[in-house]
Amino acid sequence: MGESKKTVREPLFRIVKRDGISMTAKVIIRVVAVLLALIADALFIYFVTGLNPLDVYKVMFQGTFSTSMRFMWAMRDLASLLLIGIALAPAFKMRFWNVGAEGQVLMGALATAAVMVYYGGKVPNALLYIAMLVASLFAGALWGFIPGWFRARFSTNETLFTLMMNYVAIQIVACCVNIWRGQASGLGKLNMKTKAGWFPQIMGHRFMINLIVVLVLVFAMYAYLRYSKHGYEIAVVGESENTARYAGINVGKVIIRTMIISGALCGLTGFLIVGGRDQTISTNTAGGDGFTAIIVAWLAKFNTFYMALISFLLIFLSKGAAEIASAYNLNDFASDIIAGMILFFILGSEFFINYRIHRKHSSKEVR
Amino acid sequence: MKKLIALMLAAVLCMVACVAMAAELKVGVILVGDETEGYTLAHMNGIKAAAQSLGMADNQIVWKYKVPEDQTCYDAALDLVGQGCNVIVSNSYGHQTYMVEAASEYEDVTFVAMTGDFAAISGLSNFKNAFTKIYEARYVSGVVAGMKLAELLSSGELSAEKQPNSFDADGNVKIGYVGAFNYAEVVSGYTAFFLGVRSIVPNVTMEVMYTNSWFDIDKEAATAEALIAKGCVIIGQHADSTGAPAATQKLLDAGNICYSIGYNIDMLPTAPTAALTSPTNEWSVFYTELFSAAMNGEEMPADWAKGFDADAVAITTLGPSCAEGTAEKVAEVEAAIRDGSLKIFDTATFTVGGETVTSAPCDLSFMDYSTMTAIYEGETVEAIVDGAFQESTFRSAPYFALRIDGIVEDAQ
Repeated sequence: MGESKKTVREPLFRIVKRDGISMTAKVIIRVVAVLLALIADALFIYFVTGLNPLDVYKVMFQGTFSTSMRFMWAMRDLASLLLIGIALAPAFKMRFWNVGAEGQVLMGALATAAVMVYYGGKVPNALLYIAMLVASLFAGALWGFIPGWFRARFSTNETLFTLMMNYVAIQIVACCVNIWRGQASGLGKLNMKTKAGWFPQIMGHRFMINLIVVLVLVFAMYAYLRYSKHGYEIAVVGESENTARYAGINVGKVIIRTMIISGALCGLTGFLIVGGRDQTISTNTAGGDGFTAIIVAWLAKFNTFYMALISFLLIFLSKGAAEIASAYNLNDFASDIIAGMILFFILGSEFFINYRIHRKHSSKEVR
Repeated sequence: MKKLIALMLAAVLCMVACVAMAAELKVGVILVGDETEGYTLAHMNGIKAAAQSLGMADNQIVWKYKVPEDQTCYDAALDLVGQGCNVIVSNSYGHQTYMVEAASEYEDVTFVAMTGDFAAISGLSNFKNAFTKIYEARYVSGVVAGMKLAELLSSGELSAEKQPNSFDADGNVKIGYVGAFNYAEVVSGYTAFFLGVRSIVPNVTMEVMYTNSWFDIDKEAATAEALIAKGCVIIGQHADSTGAPAATQKLLDAGNICYSIGYNIDMLPTAPTAALTSPTNEWSVFYTELFSAAMNGEEMPADWAKGFDADAVAITTLGPSCAEGTAEKVAEVEAAIRDGSLKIFDTATFTVGGETVTSAPCDLSFMDYSTMTAIYEGETVEAIVDGAFQESTFRSAPYFALRIDGIVEDAQ
């Protein structure tokens, strides 16, 4: 041991995990990250696209804030992303790598759509909404239960399992859409004539219910993870399954229960997307949010309030990128780069919050 | 007093705004792709050409690229209304259900869903559809292919000895077609193409294979290769990529006898010796009419459909592999289409189930196939008039859906 220590050359930089960091330092690191991002982006904008960076930033800002309608749309899209993030939080806190949110959302959406197609106009509207909700919860829960059960029973790799379940879900949705579209080239909106199953408009928006649900769930999930017995069990299982077992926690039960909750909430998201936002279904209904939400949940360390902030940042950047592309007639690859660079710096700043970099010589004395 | 001034001010402002609105045309464009995709590029070029010929400024057009056929389209439409657009155009079929929703909410804005099929029965006067009579150009491209086939056969380059799998049991020459989706727009197009070929070479048979996508370069290439492997000598297409012509060129270079008829754009850069020509839309014709009507405060018809009569369709430059005399023949056929002496879907030129078609009722309703109910009720019209199927006259979007003898569709 002593010998190898001598022969190994000390690298120029070493990365050391920080024990703790003050709030002020966190804020400073993040602000610096944003400033650096804006400077780097400005260089890109100026030298590659030849535009005035300040104008571009203004347009980017307008993507979300120029009109109240755009702001509401941003909120609507944020709701879907955040809901999935909330759904993933308990699974991830348990260190169960549920990358199957996309499929769980799709199954919930498909169940909702199926109820709309087959019962729309045939049962009273109130009953239809309840049936849509129940079907979506059940479908999502099922898609979460299956990998959960296999993991609890046979210790299967849940990352691969949940990932594969996405593709199964996508194919099932594609198949149903193909049946429902009939001789048309696309499905269009479901129940376009009767509007059965479409959420009612509240303050002019069908998606208002989505916003209300997500608002409630931000608090509810925070409380569930933080203050409930379930939440505690999830945390213990996540830290160490053996410890959990030693403490008398039925690990298998917790895993299955948590995955049912996670899947059901994803299913609920599918219900809200179909009823409140799209009124139709496609393989794009989840639109990749199932994967983006993984970033949201992780960055926020499962704190639902941080999740809301991060979701907002992501939505703001994507709306901004789209607006830049439209306003400047720019290829959207370029505008995605502009938005992507900001995200890169902000994600990068997390590294400096969690780790410290030691230079070779400066740390000599310490060792 | 203050109130009165405020009121007057508001009135004046409103009047100024109204006058400005009438004078200033602002067009919002919702595109399913961007300039990297042939179909959308053709629309962009058409819009730009129309704007230029009418002297419109750049800021009179607001572009929205890569808008999928979902709620995003509705958002885009409303956003364009918010930006002051008074004419909003979408270029893909699936946009229409979202466009009509926006149209029902903003009655003083004109919404045009290109290639859509229910404007006339939607009950909204500010919602329009438009489509070219592209089947006319497909017929002409079929004539070009037929000329090539005839040359190959008469010169002996193509014979049952040399490429035996290019002939079926009855001695018919096989040709192939890469279709996007199995529905009327594609059926109308491939039938016109086939009839064009058969007007030159009577003994042909065609196989249609679907990709179930409007734009999938790999799938279109694979489909073309599969058709050529089955012996097809001509590969037509109703899909938007260069996949099929590229694959045809590759196999031609490898020693097969196979040629390509493209779509939308000149395929010669992709397939210099395999491409014969491509049927194409001249969208600028429509957009010029649309924009000038809007400027002059005139109303467009709910359904707009024009073909060679207005030069709204054409075929691209003939490739070097085209048979001798093709240009002359093309000019002759185009002239006959223009003066009405040649009807594309003349019932004397095809049969269904061995019989001449005398009646073809077409239900123009817009159907919700998931529940099998009509979203918009349309009447059922008799499409056979004066011995020909009247395509694109009862509505702009194609509705020819007869499966005629001589064409085999692959099961999906």
